Amino acid sequence: MDFFTLTLIKAGIVAAILLTTLAYLQWAERKLLAHIQLRLGPSRVGPHGLLQPLADVIKLLTKEDLLPAHVNKTLYMIAPFLAIALALIPISVVPFGPEIEVFGVNTHLQLTDLNIGLLFILAISSVGVYSVVLAGWASNNKYALLGSLRSAAQMISYELPLAVALASALLMANTLSLREIADSQAGYYLGFIPRWSVFQLPMPQIISFAVFLIAGFAETNRIPFDLPEAETELVAGFHTEYSSMKFASFFMAEYANIITMTCIATLLFLGGWHPLWPAAYGSSFVPSIVFFSGSAIALYHGLHPARPKDRYSLPAVAIAFLVAGLLFLVPALGGILTPLFWFAAKSGFLLFLFIWVRGTLPRFRYDQLMRFAWTYLFPVAMANLLVTGVLVAVFA
Amino acid sequence: MDSPYFFIVLLMLAAVAFALTPLALAWLWAKFFSPRKPGPDKNATYECGLESKGDAWIRFKSEYYLYAIVFLIFDVETIFLLPFAVAFGGLSAGAFIAMMIFLLLLVEGLVWAWKKGVLTWK
Repeated sequence: MDFFTLTLIKAGIVAAILLTTLAYLQWAERKLLAHIQLRLGPSRVGPHGLLQPLADVIKLLTKEDLLPAHVNKTLYMIAPFLAIALALIPISVVPFGPEIEVFGVNTHLQLTDLNIGLLFILAISSVGVYSVVLAGWASNNKYALLGSLRSAAQMISYELPLAVALASALLMANTLSLREIADSQAGYYLGFIPRWSVFQLPMPQIISFAVFLIAGFAETNRIPFDLPEAETELVAGFHTEYSSMKFASFFMAEYANIITMTCIATLLFLGGWHPLWPAAYGSSFVPSIVFFSGSAIALYHGLHPARPKDRYSLPAVAIAFLVAGLLFLVPALGGILTPLFWFAAKSGFLLFLFIWVRGTLPRFRYDQLMRFAWTYLFPVAMANLLVTGVLVAVFA
Repeated sequence: MDSPYFFIVLLMLAAVAFALTPLALAWLWAKFFSPRKPGPDKNATYECGLESKGDAWIRFKSEYYLYAIVFLIFDVETIFLLPFAVAFGGLSAGAFIAMMIFLLLLVEGLVWAWKKGVLTWK
């Protein structure tokens, strides 16, 4: 099979998975927030509200597409398109797993490997600020303008600690290719401590991981840094004047950016697809054990249903989990799926963290937000970089 | 044909298509099924029900500009930092010290801006 066809197939798979994740990330967020606040969340459309994303898409597609009279029409139309296009591009250089063999074809679990992959992602995601600024400016609305200005200032301020945190991780990886960065974190100290960046000697990158995550929250305009769309002050910030699918585009872009951010964090700091402990100690059985326990819990609650419909829905979930767990035990599939499982587990945990923080923390005040970026986060990132540089120079 | 950049361009086009499809679908739906019914109130600037006074395209706080300038300086610095970090393994001691001095000079710039009060939002 030639390289071109292979890339097309992989692009199709990645697009399908990415769009499903985008849709269900929103469902998961609403459901988790609801449970944090002791509510039920979406529960009407389909079992446990699982068809809610579909219903939302239909609603947004069929809404009236308002074009306010006072806007700059060209820029108003371009902004949401830019937002979503720029948010989707970075995923094309993200590797999800090592080289695998399917039906006799060797391929990497990655769409295309740039030797400057990380730089590419940084470049594309910083262009993303244009969509926000254009949206706010073109809307000719005071709330939108304020929101977009805040967002631009915030995104450029937090981009610095983010880039410096990345640079200190790169001091040890010594490459910009995301695949090689992940591979530089393979192996274990003393046979069981993973060589992930956050644990790697001579300078564990815990501080830069924390800086990266905090800056990542700010870059994606998430709580506690969601000043650009602070409802209580600015209605909806830069997308106040948007409706229908244009409005949805900004939301899709936000979630796509979050996914990219968690993927980079996983690749640079959490060792990508490398498991937490070596396969010699049974880490390749973790996926099966997780799915089997999930299956057992679902079956138990299905047999002791809290609501009548649980009697049918939960055993179905149990069977699905059982099948998923068994798939990991098939030798041919296990080798492909296990790295993907670890990658998904780490990114999934970070995605959960994004939602958890939203359910927990209040919003910053704007002066606090800017002060935090420049006088706390950036110096910490710089100090970490200097210390890492000196330690790596001395010990390596 | 095997160049990764060729595929990047293809994937960019795919991303553009993915971005355009929902927008085009919504536009087509609006064109055929929901006739546009604009009105002076509906198309007015949204300001929570109050009538909007004046344009939003006005002058705004100059602090944003100062942050942009400071950002520009340090962003150029990070552009130098990334290749430095990548080539770190093969650098001589002199190059390492030069880079550290460069970093310290920029830190000095940060301290100056901090002392000057540029970084305090008023």
